[in-house]
Amino acid sequence: MQFGILVNEGPYTHQASDTAYLFARTAIEKGHTVPRVFFYHDGVNNSTRLATPPQDDRNVSARWSKLAAEHGVDLVVCVAAAQRRGINDDVLAPGYRISGLGQLVEMGIQYDRLVTFGD
Amino acid sequence: MSDMDEMDDGSGIVKKFMFLNRKAPHGTVYALEGLEVVLITAAFDQDVSMVFTDDGVFQLMKGIDSKGIEVKDFSKTYRALEGYDIEKLYVDQASMDARGLTEDDLIVDVTVLSVDEMANLMAEQDVVISF
Repeated sequence: MQFGILVNEGPYTHQASDTAYLFARTAIEKGHTVPRVFFYHDGVNNSTRLATPPQDDRNVSARWSKLAAEHGVDLVVCVAAAQRRGINDDVLAPGYRISGLGQLVEMGIQYDRLVTFGD
Repeated sequence: MSDMDEMDDGSGIVKKFMFLNRKAPHGTVYALEGLEVVLITAAFDQDVSMVFTDDGVFQLMKGIDSKGIEVKDFSKTYRALEGYDIEKLYVDQASMDARGLTEDDLIVDVTVLSVDEMANLMAEQDVVISF
């Protein structure tokens, strides 16, 4: 099955991005595909490479990047939400790209399921 | 609002999208940014329904004035939805009752649904996105 994933909250304050990541990783392990993850609202804050969490904690941004590199997951950050929050190409971690909301709507149209993670 | 030109993903597929609005119009950004997604989805010629439930019913209340809190007033956008062929607007009866609201308090024409009717409508959808 093809899963599209929508992440609506930023890292650390909310668990949404962690749960989305674990869902995506598990789905792929089980033989499903996750062609794209879309980051909206404060979810765009997951995409910055400038975050430096403590060594003994997970790095939310980096592990999404790793999943993208290993499994070809397209990490898309909403441009309008990003501009409001100071996220631009200069601060993006590897594997993320900035694009429009059409990329989210496409996931709903083309994939078998669209799963939302947020409050 | 964003660029509202007609868009097409090339597939010609039309799915039923339901947008579930659960939050008050101000206090968080969900209602405002959620509306952006609704408009883009309509631009993709999809079958769009909007549901207002919980504090989301306040999004449609008459007389909203956000000057005092110095944030953008996007209340008028709901009245413009018809222009984007978004005409399926539903509100949850119990949420209205709990907040002392009736249809006369709302800025647009809506269909008021019971919880059971809402559940049936939701079951018919291909995609449900909640803000």
